[in-house]
Amino acid sequence: MNSSAAFVEERNPTDWQSDAMQQRIRKRYAAERRFKALGISAIILSAGFLAFLMIVMVGNGLRGFTQTELPVEIDFPAMTGGATADQFRGANGPANLRTLGVQDIVNTSVQIQYGEEGSELFSAGGWQAVNQEILKNPQIVETKTTLYLPVESEIDVAFKGSGSETAENKVAELKDRLSTGFNWNFLTNSDATDPMQVGIWGALKGSLITMFITLLIAFPIGVLSALYLEEYAPKNRFTDLIEVSINNLAAVPSIIFGLLGLAVFLNLFGLPRSAALVGGLTLALMTMPVIVISGRNAVKAVPPSIREAALGIGASQMQVVFHHVLPLALPGILTGTIIGMARALGETAPLLMIGMRAFIATPPGGIVEPATVLPVQIFLWSDEVNRGFVEKTSAAIIVLLLFLLTMNALAIYLRNRFETRW
Amino acid sequence: MTELLDSTSPSESPIMTETTASAISAGDGPLKMTTRNVDVFYGEKQAIKDVSIDVTMDNVTAFIGPSGCGKSTFLRCLNRMNDTIPIARVTGDITLEGEDIYAPKMDVVQLRARVGMVFQKPNPFPKSIYDNIAYGPRIHGLASSKDELDNIVETSLQRAGLWGEVQDRLQDSGTALSGGQQQRLCIARAIAVDPEVILMDEPCSALDPIATAKIEELIHELRGKYAIVIVTHNMQQAARVSQRTAFFHLGTLVEYGVTSDIFTNPTEEKTRDYITGRYG
Repeated sequence: MNSSAAFVEERNPTDWQSDAMQQRIRKRYAAERRFKALGISAIILSAGFLAFLMIVMVGNGLRGFTQTELPVEIDFPAMTGGATADQFRGANGPANLRTLGVQDIVNTSVQIQYGEEGSELFSAGGWQAVNQEILKNPQIVETKTTLYLPVESEIDVAFKGSGSETAENKVAELKDRLSTGFNWNFLTNSDATDPMQVGIWGALKGSLITMFITLLIAFPIGVLSALYLEEYAPKNRFTDLIEVSINNLAAVPSIIFGLLGLAVFLNLFGLPRSAALVGGLTLALMTMPVIVISGRNAVKAVPPSIREAALGIGASQMQVVFHHVLPLALPGILTGTIIGMARALGETAPLLMIGMRAFIATPPGGIVEPATVLPVQIFLWSDEVNRGFVEKTSAAIIVLLLFLLTMNALAIYLRNRFETRW
Repeated sequence: MTELLDSTSPSESPIMTETTASAISAGDGPLKMTTRNVDVFYGEKQAIKDVSIDVTMDNVTAFIGPSGCGKSTFLRCLNRMNDTIPIARVTGDITLEGEDIYAPKMDVVQLRARVGMVFQKPNPFPKSIYDNIAYGPRIHGLASSKDELDNIVETSLQRAGLWGEVQDRLQDSGTALSGGQQQRLCIARAIAVDPEVILMDEPCSALDPIATAKIEELIHELRGKYAIVIVTHNMQQAARVSQRTAFFHLGTLVEYGVTSDIFTNPTEEKTRDYITGRYG
């Protein structure tokens, strides 16, 4: 007691009003303000980048969802020699349509209205729109109908923005008759050589199948690994080694996983090239470490008191894990899974290695059929010479981003549901 | 005491145990748990040195001692909760109803159902009050029907003195209750699996005086139905709730006897110093 009292006496009372102290206080506030300003500018900068990306993508990409059209009047009764609507209804409809020779009918109609060279104005596959229209509404074959058909790619580009000189001239010539319609083909078709006919559906379906396989493989393996490593495995040098390996695996460049997939799944197991199955397996290898790491953190964050409580009333280790730890860790595990899956969804490089960059003009029908995925499709289109592909590339990016947003929204919804279940 | 404990051998007969117990604390009810020459090691460090204590059915046994004296560690040996710590090693004999609980054939899961535990911090599951209580009976298959389970939940909550407060909101989350209610919920949860022994590890240290009084009252009521062992920092609490008190210091059992004797007339210098507040 005495010694501390003496100590207090020796020390002068702090002078909070002294110049040096005021200086220090001012410096402290200045540092505070500087840090705040830096933080705000960092946020503004990243928001700016995001806004720029959005504006550019949406601005370019929205044009990919539209197509320029010209009206074509088709006199079906005169040209089909009296086909009736009933022929194209029901199961035999498509077969009867093939014998009708729609392509010739369309070509003839075009030549009547736009001259001998008229066919060059239109997209080569444009007549297929007439096929679809007949199947949808067979009544039109008994009447004289005007249909809007997509124009040839260069004219489309010229009409929407600026194209080659010849195309611009043609646009000027046809200005009154050109119109813009929604490009449904873009949502239902697959890859094609004509930018007017390409669609995203094949790649979207490929992505869906691939993601499904990735999730199916990576999620259970990742979660079980995380649970085992956290709850069961003894802490020794071997498990330390495993932990280091998993952390390293998460940082391995993705193309190396592609090589691994190529070596293991294609060469060793002999699985088919370009298949969604192989893509999904390869991406699962890549996603799994991310799920393991986030899963371990989520499991670690479950308070030990809950484990003790369950053990204390005689729950077995497995009951503790599955009744208490896993439900509490699940929101965290799901967050990690979303991050892993989002990375897998945007991955191109490993899929190039296993042959998913092939030109695939039909949507995949199963897990072993040739498929491609959205990012690879974007990569392929961005490589095309034809200017019509530029806006298609942007449009595909919009679809990819929407897919990603939907996936994240779903996962966040699931996460919140699990969190509020108690 | 030491001579008596030294004489205990692995082939000790029940009669022998009886004599030992009566030597330690005369006039007790039936023996529930015995511990002989228990040592606990955390890696190289010895946390418990040669502790021998008997737990009887009719008495509340309190473990007191300064922080870090090993009383909680010892308590956790009684239902093998120390198994969850990889570096912990327990030697010596601990029996429940004459069965060696560290024997290889002992089922730990069943043991922990028979020797329930209440922890320092109330730790209800983040589930409904009903599910908190019903969890134990469910995993052990103690109820064959929904009615039986309802019945177990109700009687457990009644025994824990919580029924009146929660009967209208059994589906509310257990974590929404107040601290004292949560702790009684944890006691009810332990009771629900019908244990023989209830271990309480400083059950009131996170509670206010009123909630503490309720828990102490509850311990009084539960006495005789279950063998109760309570670890406490609070000497007054030990004096209030227990009939037998063990004083631990630096991993050794300094003194064990009838609570009133320990508090009024301790035989050891250290016990006297601790009880009179010289250290601790």
